[in-house]
This record gives sequence, C-alpha cells and structure tokens, in this order.
Amino acid sequence: MEKRARFRSAWLPYALVAPQIIVTLVFFFWPAAQAMYQSVLLQDAFGMSTQFVWLDNFKGLFADPSYLASFKTTALFSVLVAFLGLSISLILAVFADRVARGATIYKTFLILPYAVSPVVVGVLWMFLLNPTLGVVAHALRHFGIEWNNLINGRHAMILIVLAAVWKQISYNFLFFLAGLQAIPKSLIEAAAIDGAGPVRRFATIVFPLLSPTSFFLLVVNIVYSFFDTFAIVEATTQGGPGKDTEILVFKVFNDGFKGGDLGSAAAQSVILMSIVVVLTVVQFKYVEKKVQYS
Amino acid sequence: MIERRPLLDAISHLILILGVVIVAFPIYIAFVASSQTAEQAALAPLSLIPGDQLFHNLSAVLNTGATGNVSAGPVIRMLWVSLASALIIAIGKISISMLSAFAMVYFRFSGRNVFFWMIFVTLMLPVEVRITPTYKVVSDLGMLNSYAGLTIPLIASATATFLFRQFFLTVPDELAEAARIDGAGPLRFFKDVLWPLSRTNVVALFVIMFIYGWNQYLWPLLISTEQSMYPIGVGIRRMIAGGDAAVEWNMVMATLLLAMLPPALVVLVMQKWFVKGLVDSEK
Repeated sequence: MEKRARFRSAWLPYALVAPQIIVTLVFFFWPAAQAMYQSVLLQDAFGMSTQFVWLDNFKGLFADPSYLASFKTTALFSVLVAFLGLSISLILAVFADRVARGATIYKTFLILPYAVSPVVVGVLWMFLLNPTLGVVAHALRHFGIEWNNLINGRHAMILIVLAAVWKQISYNFLFFLAGLQAIPKSLIEAAAIDGAGPVRRFATIVFPLLSPTSFFLLVVNIVYSFFDTFAIVEATTQGGPGKDTEILVFKVFNDGFKGGDLGSAAAQSVILMSIVVVLTVVQFKYVEKKVQYS
Repeated sequence: MIERRPLLDAISHLILILGVVIVAFPIYIAFVASSQTAEQAALAPLSLIPGDQLFHNLSAVLNTGATGNVSAGPVIRMLWVSLASALIIAIGKISISMLSAFAMVYFRFSGRNVFFWMIFVTLMLPVEVRITPTYKVVSDLGMLNSYAGLTIPLIASATATFLFRQFFLTVPDELAEAARIDGAGPLRFFKDVLWPLSRTNVVALFVIMFIYGWNQYLWPLLISTEQSMYPIGVGIRRMIAGGDAAVEWNMVMATLLLAMLPPALVVLVMQKWFVKGLVDSEK
C-alpha cells in the first residue's frame, strides 16, 4: 500500500530514519558481521595471532559431544515449555471465555506473570524448590520425593521448565483468549442447535479455528524457550548440575565470556542466528497467510 | 452463553481458581518470606502465615541492601537504575520508530526499501546471539557502566516501526493533502496531526516497552560491572551469589517484591492498553 499524499524533501527522510539506522548498523549489523567473521578464525589465548580456519570451528562444534548434548537439552526444554505452556494456557483461556461472572478478576491475575522479569521468576521458583528451605520441596518430601535440584539433573530441568512455563502463561492465555473471542458465535450456536455438546464443539469447531493462533504461539514459545529463558537458567541452575540444563544460549554466554573461546562462541552465535532466521521466516510466511479468517 | 450447564460452569470456575492459585502462590510465598525475620525465613519449612517484619525488611533493603552476603548495595539505587533505563528504552524505542515509520510512509526516497529490510532483519538478531561482539562494540565506545550503554543498543525496534507504519498507512490521505494545501510542512503535519492520532498506540506500546526495558537481564549483566549501575535484576542475582547458607532469604524476597511492583502496577493500571499493545506489536 502506498500513500497518495506525500511530502517532498531531499534530506528530511534520511534525517528521520538516521537514529534507527545508526543504532541498527552499530549494534546489530556490525556485531553480527563480527560474529560471522570470527567464526571462521582461530585466535590463540592471548589474542596475539589469528588464523583463518574456514569451517573448522563449526566442525569442532559438531564433533563436540557437549555441544550436541546442549542441543538435545535445548530441544527437550523447548518442547516441554511449549507443550506445557500452550496446553495450560489453552485450558485456562477456554474456561475464561466460557464464564460470564468474574472473568475480569481471573484475567487480571492470570496476566500478572507477564510483568515479572525472568530472573525474578527464576529466583522465586528456586526458593519454592530449595532442597532445604523450599515450601514445595518440603511438600514433595511428604509424598516420598527427595527433591534436590542441586544434584539431580532431572529435578533441575523440571525447575527451569516450571519457571519458564509459569512466566509464559499470561502471554499464551491472552492470545488464546483473543483468538477464542474472534470465533463467530453463530458457528457455535448452530452446532449447539444441531445437538453438539461442549466437548464436541471444541474438538470440531473451536480448536480447528484456533489453529492459526496456536501455530503462531508455538513459534513464539519456541523462540522464547530458546532465547528469553537465559535469565532463568543463569539465575537458578547455571547450566548445572554438570551440564544437565545447559541450553544453547547459556552455552554461548559461558564459552564466550567465562571460557574465552571466541572462535567457538562466534560459531555458536552464527548457528543460533540461523535458527532465529528460520523461525522468523516460518512465522512470517505461514502465520500471515493463515490468520485471514478473523 | 450458548446453553445452561451448571456443572460445567462450576468446573470452569474451579479450573480458573486453580490457575489463579498457581499464578499467585509463588508471589504469596515471596510476600510471606519477606515479612519474616531472618531466623524465621531460614526455618524449614517456611510458615505460610505472614510475619510482621515486612516494612522493616523493605526499608532495610531499600536503604542498605542485604547484608551477610555478597553486598549489592542499597536497593533504592537499583530501582532507580532500572526505572531510568526502562524509561529511556521505552521512550527511545517509540521515538526512533515513529520517526522512521513516518519517513517510510510519507516520503519516497532512494534506499527506502533497503532501510525497511535493515530494520526487519534486526528481528533475527536478538541480543542473545550476538553477545560477545556487541559487548566489544560497547566497551570500545567506552559505554560500559553508563545509561547510554545500558539502553542505546536496545532501542532499535522493528516491531514498533512496523506497528507505526501499519497505523500511518490507515491514516486517510486527505489529512496530509489538507495539511499540504494549508501550507503545513511535514514536521508540522507530524506534530499536529499524526502525533495526536497515534496517542493510543503510543500508550499501548509504552506499556510493553517499559516492561521489556525493566525486565532486561543479560545485557545489564555484561554492561554493569560497577555496583552503582546494577539494575534490580542483576542486584538480586548478586544477593543470592554467596552460596545457600549465607543467603538472607527474607531480604532477597523483599527485594523481589520491590522488583515486581513497578511493572505489575503498570500492567494492572493500564490493563486495556497493555493487552492492545501486546496483541498489536506481535501481528
């Protein structure tokens, strides 16, 4: 779409886009180019000499069992976060869409976690599940579960999944609710008159019509679990115990800043960038097309 | 309401109440722990009834911070750093996005498409994937431990630019034509016509961007190496860094409450705009 009425000026449009473009160039493009450049270099520990090594850093990564393990950890983590987050929020949204009374109060509470920062969420759940002090850990002990996320890798994974899902409920809930409210009531009424009960209506009408929203949220949740959960992991498990919760983003940070292995960290950055590129393309190509019914 | 189903209604309320409990429980526990003395908060299990130390603990962390562990300084300073950066990020993002969207919609100039794609591509470069080189740029520019370093690298915004672009495209052409006939230049048109029309969008976006800025963690973790420039998230992280035994959980939880309060207030008070901003900025 183009505007008919335009203004004319030789310099003004450039001045208007300049702040955004300068920030973009200096803090996005230049560093991204640096990451790509460094990913094909090998630097010695003192930064005295650098050597061009083609794709050796990438080959090294994919031959490194700890990197492959980190990939697996991230995959497991994001599947759990996306699946649990989406199902819980969908259930809550469906029932919130149903009730007439009190809907606003429920909604107000359910959007609260959005305001809580990931690091605070991490520390909250770490406190709840603290092996010696935690209220929830204590309750679990009553059921015969010796909770200890400091030595048990599976417990540590559950901890970060819980924290990540808790935080994301608000977001998913609001989008599902908006999606549900966009479904024409006449469709549901027609089905009800034909004798379809609530479960049948949900399975054959509501859920299929929600699929664009669900697909959009799936992509957003995968991006969230890949990148935005860094603070949760950093504040709670630090990738541990061992490397059981070391997701990719945390590994880049750890190798680049703590380990000082720039070539490998840069190669990891480039791999992460390609993951984001794929996810963004998927989001724009498929989501845009399918949201047309509303 | 399609039909009356009292049983299903009851189940609905039950499940929603369960959801609310799950959401509220961690926050309630933080509240309980922050209202107790250090000894009470170190007892296992924690009592579920609030104590009477809330205000004492809040003022203690605000003014002196948590003692007994890695000192992170007074929390009032952290709140200030977080507030200042969140405001700069929110206002900065909105300003530069509005200006570039204005240029792209109301002017035809060479390079317009290139600029559009450059802004679009930033969506694919979240800070997490370019940590090390971006850190190097900021440190080369001498922006470590400064508000400029904490905010400027984060104020480019593709989503806000697209949102304003979409919105400007829906503004009737007649308005710009009328303004031109009346002799108003582009800046005058922006100030007197577009800006007042955009106010709802600006407020909605402000809520989202303020929370985004307040909740930053990875970036300040790298940029703020001096205590006086810790935002609240980094401060909390420092407080729990000393190992399990030394952590004063009542103080940490009091700090957590203070960290949650400003964004929670923004979301609750501006709920309508918040929902609008969230839904708009994603589509």
